[in-house]
Amino acid sequence: MSSPLLAVSELTKRYRRGGQTIAAVDGISFHIEPAETLALAGPSGSGKSTIARLLLRLIEPDAGHIEFEGGDFLSLNGAALRARRARLQMVFQDPLAAFNPRATVARVLGDPLRVHGIASRRERPRRIAALLERVGLSADLATRAIHEISGGQRQRIAIARAIATKPSLVVLDEAVSALDVSVRGQILQLLLDLQREERIAYLFISHDLGVISAIAHRIAILDAGRIAESGDARAVIDAPQSAIGKALVAATPKLTRTSMHDAS
Amino acid sequence: MTVLLSVRDLTVTYRRDGSEVAALKHISIDVAAGERVAIIGESGSGKSTLALAIAGLLPQSSRIEGRIDWPGRNHAPIGGRDIGFVFQDPSASLDPVMAVGKQIAEVAHTHLGLGWSAAYAKAKTLLERVRLPDPDVALRAYPHQLSGGQKQRVAIAAAIAAGPKLLIADEATSALDTIVQAEIAALIRQLVAEDGMTLLFVSHDIALAAELAERIAVFRHGDLVEIGTTAQVVNTPRNAYTRALLDAHLGLDAGPMPWRTGTPA
Repeated sequence: MSSPLLAVSELTKRYRRGGQTIAAVDGISFHIEPAETLALAGPSGSGKSTIARLLLRLIEPDAGHIEFEGGDFLSLNGAALRARRARLQMVFQDPLAAFNPRATVARVLGDPLRVHGIASRRERPRRIAALLERVGLSADLATRAIHEISGGQRQRIAIARAIATKPSLVVLDEAVSALDVSVRGQILQLLLDLQREERIAYLFISHDLGVISAIAHRIAILDAGRIAESGDARAVIDAPQSAIGKALVAATPKLTRTSMHDAS
Repeated sequence: MTVLLSVRDLTVTYRRDGSEVAALKHISIDVAAGERVAIIGESGSGKSTLALAIAGLLPQSSRIEGRIDWPGRNHAPIGGRDIGFVFQDPSASLDPVMAVGKQIAEVAHTHLGLGWSAAYAKAKTLLERVRLPDPDVALRAYPHQLSGGQKQRVAIAAAIAAGPKLLIADEATSALDTIVQAEIAALIRQLVAEDGMTLLFVSHDIALAAELAERIAVFRHGDLVEIGTTAQVVNTPRNAYTRALLDAHLGLDAGPMPWRTGTPA
């Protein structure tokens, strides 16, 4: 068996607060295979977003290892880190907060192409148009400012920006949580299409077990910085074993539709 | 059935950048005393505008046509006394530099005419009712010392402090995680039942709304597209948009989506 795309082992991050030390992430291990979606679920403060920030090297861990694409990710620095980061991208919950609102769409998509030396200045407009088309948007959108377009369009732009550098792994941190449900379905479909066609793996961080059961292959449920349980997403959601897993399932609103005859 | 609130042909227009946008168009809806009604819709549906209009909280610049009547009352309801309002973001609705006990006591002092010590005693009782751990400590706490869920409990305590007939919760659980959301929804349900309040529950989440409400009103682009009992709206929706909303809901039994690839090789 080949090594996984991402292997996280014994990852730990502690914070000091008021003289106390709190482990936000407490010895966590997991792995992700190519083209696989692993969901990280759990309540607020369980460590989900800290893991995302550790993976992106926005913060450094106190202990543990991260192996990405067969190499020690935590030892990378400078140009080598920058180059590897092109393969590991991120999409946040609120694209308006993630981008300069006055920047144009072309600027937002052109930046990673420039920074990572992917396309020359001359080539860029064509690449930007191709990226827009790839995420189901019109190339005409390139000249618009980020604050002028809809929330669903902005999240498509965020995804286009993430895939601009041809990543093997995209971290999606509550990436569909703020979207209207009618838009959410389209964005999930786009993510699945990209995964199938470009073999991108996702670390899908969410508190919503409904969305997770629709998109994820496997799930890890976090509680207070540790993995309470993990496994096949369907199996875990159908029969959670941990206290926090049971609490999450119980707390998810159930929509019971009795007279829908076409249960197929 | 006693009608608490009667909205007739309500149109609300916002003026923005020189142009006018109709946020609500010719809305008519009756709410019975003691009933729980969910107002659902996506962004731009007008659901929050309706809540603000009923509470008399629309900005001065908005234009309001139509009527909002309160049969059985001889004066317009007073916000905070007759109507309690819980917003999505408790950090924005609570004063960051005032102890939470005082914020709740102030409502009782202002609207019930209680002296300060009686108002504080009332605040403590309310903190117990919204199940904040250690109400004596909580009285003196400031909002930043509380979690998001605890802050929302304080906001609910302040909203019901004057014993309002109508409680409006506008996306009151949307910023909270699943477990805290369920706790706050259960708390709202219990308080509404205990105090015989009428509930307007504004939400984008049709599943959560169906768990709480007896009737559901579905809004889209400022129109009321459908209203009915929860069972009728959920099981036999008449409107295509309502059906689309129901179909877009992803419950625990949702997945995997048809287009999801199988287990990766």
